[in-house]
Amino acid sequence: MRKKPYEEQIHVYGRVWMLTAFFMMLMVPTAICAYYDAWPTLSAVAKGLLGVAPIFWTVAVIEVITFTPMLGLGGAYLAFVTGNLTNLKVPCALYAMENAKVKQGTLEGELISTIAIAVSSIATVLIIALGVLMLAPLTPVLNSEMLKPAFDNILPALFGGLAVVYVSKNWKIALSPLIFMIILFVSVPSLAGSVSVLVPVGALIAIGMARLLYKKGLI
Amino acid sequence: MQFNLNSTFLFLVAGSVILFVLAQSVYFLVKALAEAKRIGMDSSILKRTIKSSAAFTVAPAISILLGVISLSKFLGLPLPWLRLSILGALTYELTAAASAASTVGVSVTEAIKDPVAYTTIVWVMTLGIIPSVLLIPLFLKKIQGGIVSLKKRDKVWGDHFMTAIFMGMISAFLGVVFATVTQGIRGWIPVFVLMFSAVVMTVCGLFIKKYKLKWLEDYALPFSIIGGMSFAVFITQVIN
Repeated sequence: MRKKPYEEQIHVYGRVWMLTAFFMMLMVPTAICAYYDAWPTLSAVAKGLLGVAPIFWTVAVIEVITFTPMLGLGGAYLAFVTGNLTNLKVPCALYAMENAKVKQGTLEGELISTIAIAVSSIATVLIIALGVLMLAPLTPVLNSEMLKPAFDNILPALFGGLAVVYVSKNWKIALSPLIFMIILFVSVPSLAGSVSVLVPVGALIAIGMARLLYKKGLI
Repeated sequence: MQFNLNSTFLFLVAGSVILFVLAQSVYFLVKALAEAKRIGMDSSILKRTIKSSAAFTVAPAISILLGVISLSKFLGLPLPWLRLSILGALTYELTAAASAASTVGVSVTEAIKDPVAYTTIVWVMTLGIIPSVLLIPLFLKKIQGGIVSLKKRDKVWGDHFMTAIFMGMISAFLGVVFATVTQGIRGWIPVFVLMFSAVVMTVCGLFIKKYKLKWLEDYALPFSIIGGMSFAVFITQVIN
């Protein structure tokens, strides 16, 4: 019997892995409640959720729509289980595709993205596990006042490098959303906490500008 | 059962989910490598991808570890270890834990003693992030179908469309770096770090071009991240 094409296989196995992950995630609180015989009231959980669900469920929808085209199939099935998307998996996948000179949306791009996300996930799990094992000697070093600014500024450090790679290549498309975002965050600094919600706004501006430039033959 | 934030049971629960995540990652890695080999992709490119992705991950993973440490004072070690090894990120986990803690009347500054307060927090942290895990299996095929048909209609526009989505994301995360500039010179530190990291990347790019340092391509981004983080330490000392 002929084997199914790679993409078909990934959809089948990806769904199996992801739905298993879904049940495992739900089993964690269930098992803890059963073991300690400590069941919370529905109202307490609902109240707690009310503080996070409106924002983070919206972010979840936004991330699924905006990140999956960049991550590819295998990458999406994996990254949406292993987490840390904006600060790790998405830049890692994009940078790997850039270096391998493959494009998103091609089989080669799909494979490179999946490999990058898988390696990054394995490395993250191992580094955190190692850190947890060596917690006593590591804590004073990592928590030192001197190193604090380094970890507080990891996102600017990451996106500064990425900007050079991508903005310089696509500056015509990037310019208007970038100016818009800078003005927006300088004018309303409190929006910094909702940056994920603003990603689709930036994307819509960029798509609109790209369409305009494309129609005029400027890109 | 006596409740303990760092009990063997909680470590076993966290460890089993983390092992599952590890197994899934290994499965996808093996599957992608096998397919890459089948279609004849250059093995040196695959090796470089593996090396550079691992190198790229080090600094962000250490910062995630810091998140585990900071949350462990309040939630013990197993739960933050688990939560930050799977879907979510520190910003989310902190918000979810704080929101749940306030509803059960506990403070996030000291270790939880009440098991019911703890399980309430675990449920909120789990349910607050779980939609993506359902949305992907339900809608990924449809989203992919949309992209494929867009590319079929007009390949060039399809590529620009994908680039534009990414530019939207990167511009939001570049813009947010400027959110503190109205707070005086200290508020500019993230901007200086961003610029320094960009300079490191540019210098790496020049070296790659001028001296044909192919290997540097894979490590330029990790170098610029570590350069930016080191500069953050330096500039903070100078400004303070």
